[in-house]
Amino acid sequence: MGRYIAIRLALGLVTLISVTVLVFVATNLLPGDAATEILGRGATPETLARFREQLGLDDPLVLRYGKWLWDLLHGDLGQSLTTQTPIAETIWPRLVSTLRLAGLTALVSVPLAIGLGILSAAHEGTALDRVLAIGALAAISFPEFFTAYLLILVFSVKLGWFPNLSTIFPEMGFWESLHAMVLPIVALACLVTAHMMRMTRTSILSVMSQPYIEMAFLKGVPRGAVITRHALPNAAAPIIAVVAMNLAYLVVGIVVIEVVFVYPGLGQYMVDAVAKRDIPVVQACGLIFGIAFIGLNLVSDILAVLVNPRLRSPNRGR
Amino acid sequence: MAQDPILEIRNLRIEAQEHVLVDDVSLTLRRGEVLGLIGESGAGKSTIALAAMGYARAGCRITGGEIRIDATDLRRIGVTGRQGYRGVRIAYVAQSAAASFNPAMRLVDQICESPLRHRQMTKAEAQARAVALLGRLGLPDPQALARKYPHEVSGGQLQRAMAAMAVIGRPDILVFDEPTTALDVTTQLEVLALIKKIIAEEHSAALYISHDLAVVSQLADRIMVLRGGKMVELGTCAQILTAPRECYTAALVAERDHSQPMMRPLPADPGPPVLRVQKVEAAYGRTRVLQGVTLDLHRGETFAVVGESGSGKSTLAKVLTGLLPPVAGRVALDGRPLPEGYRSRSAEELRRIQLIHQLPDMSLNPRQSIGKIVGRPAALRLGLKGAGLRSRVEELLALVGLPAAFADRQPPQLSGGQKQRVAIARALAAEPDILICDEPTSALDQLIADDILRLLVRLQDELGLSYLFITHDLGIVRRIAHRTLVLLQGQTVAVGPTAEVFAEPMHPYTRNLLVSVPQMKPGWLEAVMAEKTVHK
Amino acid sequence: MTRLRIPPTAIFGIIVLALFIGFALIGPWIVPYDPETTVGRTWSGPSAEFWLGTDNIGRDILSRVISGARTTIGLALVTTLLSFAIGVSLGIFAAVAGPRVDAFLSRVIDMFLSVPVLIMALIVLTALGSSIPTLILTIALLDSTRVYLVARAVAVDVATRDFVDVARLRGESLPWIMAHEILPNALPPLISEFGLRFCFNFLYVASLSFLGLGVQPPQADWGGMVRENGQAISFGILAPIWPALAIAIVTVAVNLIVDWLLSRNVRPSGASAEL
Repeated sequence: MGRYIAIRLALGLVTLISVTVLVFVATNLLPGDAATEILGRGATPETLARFREQLGLDDPLVLRYGKWLWDLLHGDLGQSLTTQTPIAETIWPRLVSTLRLAGLTALVSVPLAIGLGILSAAHEGTALDRVLAIGALAAISFPEFFTAYLLILVFSVKLGWFPNLSTIFPEMGFWESLHAMVLPIVALACLVTAHMMRMTRTSILSVMSQPYIEMAFLKGVPRGAVITRHALPNAAAPIIAVVAMNLAYLVVGIVVIEVVFVYPGLGQYMVDAVAKRDIPVVQACGLIFGIAFIGLNLVSDILAVLVNPRLRSPNRGR
Repeated sequence: MAQDPILEIRNLRIEAQEHVLVDDVSLTLRRGEVLGLIGESGAGKSTIALAAMGYARAGCRITGGEIRIDATDLRRIGVTGRQGYRGVRIAYVAQSAAASFNPAMRLVDQICESPLRHRQMTKAEAQARAVALLGRLGLPDPQALARKYPHEVSGGQLQRAMAAMAVIGRPDILVFDEPTTALDVTTQLEVLALIKKIIAEEHSAALYISHDLAVVSQLADRIMVLRGGKMVELGTCAQILTAPRECYTAALVAERDHSQPMMRPLPADPGPPVLRVQKVEAAYGRTRVLQGVTLDLHRGETFAVVGESGSGKSTLAKVLTGLLPPVAGRVALDGRPLPEGYRSRSAEELRRIQLIHQLPDMSLNPRQSIGKIVGRPAALRLGLKGAGLRSRVEELLALVGLPAAFADRQPPQLSGGQKQRVAIARALAAEPDILICDEPTSALDQLIADDILRLLVRLQDELGLSYLFITHDLGIVRRIAHRTLVLLQGQTVAVGPTAEVFAEPMHPYTRNLLVSVPQMKPGWLEAVMAEKTVHK
Repeated sequence: MTRLRIPPTAIFGIIVLALFIGFALIGPWIVPYDPETTVGRTWSGPSAEFWLGTDNIGRDILSRVISGARTTIGLALVTTLLSFAIGVSLGIFAAVAGPRVDAFLSRVIDMFLSVPVLIMALIVLTALGSSIPTLILTIALLDSTRVYLVARAVAVDVATRDFVDVARLRGESLPWIMAHEILPNALPPLISEFGLRFCFNFLYVASLSFLGLGVQPPQADWGGMVRENGQAISFGILAPIWPALAIAIVTVAVNLIVDWLLSRNVRPSGASAEL
C-alpha cells in the first residue's frame, strides 16, 4: 500500500511539472510578436524593446521556461505588467480569501450532498427521490451567474437580508465578513452539492445492485442496516473520489461567482488580469488553480486506497 | 405431524414490468424433505426460490398466491415480519459465493450477522458455532479462515463458508440456488457431498435449484420440472428419472443418457496430420500456463482438449490462432511452419484455421446484420459481391440449418442456439480446414447444446473438417472426440484415442475427472465418495 | 422490444429544446425589433411594447434573446461536435492500437486533464486573444480530452469482445475494425455523453462570454448579455435574468433528455427491492 501511495505521489509530481509546461507554453502561444500584439501597433520602439526585455522574449523558449520555473521554486511569481509590483504580494491575501470561500462552501455542501445522496439512494424510485433528482438537475443546469443573480434579487434587493456585493476588508470582523459571504457561499454550494449528490447516489446504487446486498436482505437484515453496514463501507471509496472531484470543480466555479459578487479572491484577480492581458499574473493564477486541482485529485486517490479493504488488507489480513 | 408441510406455496404469480416470470406454481415442502427445482434458463427457478423467502428482485413483483411457512403467509406480514423469518426459519445459499460475500467485512462477521441480529445467540456463541461449522464443512484452520476477508479465500472455500452462513441460525428450510454451477467438476462433487451431509445433520428441509438433472437427482426426494415459469411435472425422484410423464421431461432425461459415440470412425491410416503442434509453451507475463503440449490433428478428426478452469485449454486456442504467440515450440500447418503471431500469417493461413467461441453474444457483433457477419469473410477472402455474395450467405445459412430470411436480422433478435449456428456459418464462410471450438456448447441449455453437437458432427461428415474441441465436459468428449488430451495446470496428463484415455489403467487425475461427472443413477454420490475415501 | 415510453420530463425537454432550436434557425425573421439597434430607454421593465424590457443601451431584450440563440447554441454545438470527433476517434484508436499507443495517448491526455477547462481556456484566450474560431478550437480541444476518457473506456469494453478478435484473425485493417466493429457498438452509450458534454460546453461558452472572453459585442449572445446588464440587478431590474434564464432553460432541457436516455438502460438496483 505504501508503494502504491509513493507511486501516486510521484505521478502527482510529474503531472505538476507537466502543468507548469502546459501553462507556460499556452501563454507563449502568441503567433507573431507578443510585445506588439499586447502593446498595440502604436507603441514606440523604445517601449517595445523594454517590454520585450521585461518578458524575456529574446531568449529561446526552453531557457525562458527554465528561468520561470527556477523563480517559481524560489517563491518568485514575477512582476505584474500593469502594476509593476511583485505578483506574490498581491496574490497571497487573495488566495487566502478564495480558500476561505471555498472552504466554507465545502463545509456546507459536502455533508449536505452525502446526506441527500444517501437519502435519495435509499428511497430509489420514490417521490422523495424524484423531487431530489429534479432539484439537483436544475441546480447543475443553472449557470453560476443565474443562481447568483436570483439570490441577489430575492435576498438582497427584495428582502435586504444580505449585501449584493461581497467586498471583504481585512479589518472586518469574522461575523461581519461571514454575513457578506453568505450569498456567494449559497450560490456555489447549490451547484457543487447537486453534482456531488447525484454522483453519491449513483455510487451507492451501483453497490446496492451487488449480490451481497441481496444476501444481506435474505439474511433478514433490516433495510437501514443493509445500507449502513453493507452498502456504505463499499461505496466509501467512490464517494470520496466524487467529493474530491467536485471540490476540484469548486475551484473553477469560484471564478464566476467571485466576479458576480466582486469578491476579492484569486478568480477575480485572474479575470482582471485576463482583461488587461497581464500574462505573468494569468500564469501565476492559472498555476495555483492547477495545483489545487491536482492536489485534490491526489488526495482523493490516496483516500480511496486507504478505505478499500482489497488494497489495504494484505498488511492486515494475517 | 411429520406430514404437515413446513413450506407451502400456492398459485404463485410473479411479474416483471412487461411479462410474467412465474405463473401459477404451487409446491409444498415437508420437514426433512429435499425438493429439486429443475429447468433451463428462463424457467423461473431462482425467482421461485427467492419468493419462498418472500423476496422479489428489483423490478419484479409477487402479484398473486400465498407463501406460507407453518401457517403464516409471508406476503401478509410486512417487511419487518419477513425479516424475522429470514436467516431464522429459512436461509439462502447463492450461486456465486464470491459475489455474495461483502468484500469489506470479515467472513466471521458476515456468518454471525443473522443470529446476532435476530438475538438467537450471544456474540461468543455465534462465533464459536461459526468456527465449528467451518470445521465440519472440511475447511482447514477454521479459526484463521473466519478472520479473513472474502478476497483472501478461494471460490470453493467461500461456497462452503456460505453454507455455514446459511445453517448457523438452525433454519428449518434451506434454499440452494445453483450452489455448484460456478465450480469445477471435481470441486462440485465435494461441495455436493457436504451439502447433502449438512442437510441430513441439521434435519432441514431444502429447496434445491439446478439446471443439471444429474446433480438434483443425487439430493432430491422429489423433483419439479419447470419451463417458462410454469410447472411441467412434479414427481418423486425415481419417477421423474425412470418414468417421466411429459415429453419435455423425457427429453431432459434422455439426453443425459447418450453415451454412445456420435462421430464416424476414422480410417485406419488417416494420412499426414493437417496440424502438428510440438512442445508448445505459453505464458501470460511470467506465469507459465502451457508446458510442452504436443498433438497431431488429422483430416476429418475431432481432437478434444479437456481440463478444468486454469488448465490452459483456452490458451492453447489462442496460441493456435496466433492471438498469443507461444514462448517455445512449433506449430505446423500441412507440414509447413505456421508463423507465431496472426499478423505475420498469410491470408491463406488465416483462412484455413477458424475459431468458434464459447459465447455467441460476445463473438457476433450485435450491430451487424447476419448477412454481413456471415458474408464478410467470403467477400474479403473470395472476392464475392452482390447477388453472388447473397446466394453464398443463404447457402451457408442453409448449411447450418437456418432460414435464408435470417440474413436480414441482427444477432439480438436470435436465440442462443441460433446465434451459435451463425457463428459456425461465419467460420465456414472462410472455407476452412480446421475449426477450433472453444467450449462452443457450454453456455447453451442442454437440449440446444445437443443440437449444436449434432450439427458439428454432420458438418464434419459433409465437409471433412478437422476439429480441435476444447471443453470441460467429459460427456461431450466421449460422444464426439476421436482422440483426447487431458490438461492439468498446463501439463499433459494423458493423450491418445478417447476410448483408451478413459479405460483402465487411467491416470489418477483423469479418473478423478471421470468419476466426478454427475450421473443420474441413484446412490451415485455416496458410491463415488466412498470410492474416493478408499483411494485416499 | 419494449414500448417507447417517454416520461413527461423528457417530453418537456424535447419541446423546449425544439423551441430554442427553432429560434436559432428562424430567429432573424421573427424578432419584433432589430436586436442591434437602440429602440427604447435604458433598462425599461417588461411592457406590452417590449415583453422582456430593454437592455443597457435600450435594445429590445426579447429580440436579443431570440437572435442570441443561434450564436450561443450554435457555438456550443459546433464545439461539442468537434470535441466528439477528436475524442471518439482517439479513444477508439487507443483501445485497438495496442498497449503502447494506449499508454502514450493516455499519459498525454492525463496532462491536459490536470488543468480545469475554464482556467486553461482563460489562459489560452489571454494569449491568443478572443475570436470565435479560437474559442471553438480551444474549448473543443480541451473538452475532447474528457470525451477521450469516456470513449476509450467504452471502446476498451467493446474491444475485449470476441468479434473483434474474429475480425483481426480475418485480416481486417485497423481502420476497418474501428469503423465497423467498434464504432457502431460504442456510439449508443456515447449519445447521452454527447448531451452532457453539450451542457458543459454550453455553460463554458456562456461563462467565458460572461467573463468578457467569448463572443464580442455587439453580436447578441446570452453570456455577453448577462455581462452587459449585470449591474441592473442591484436595482432589482430583471434585464440580466432573462438571458441567464434562457441558458438555464436550455441546459435543463438537454439534461432532462440525457437523464431519460440514461435511465432507459438503468435497471432498478437492489435498493428498491424491499420497499
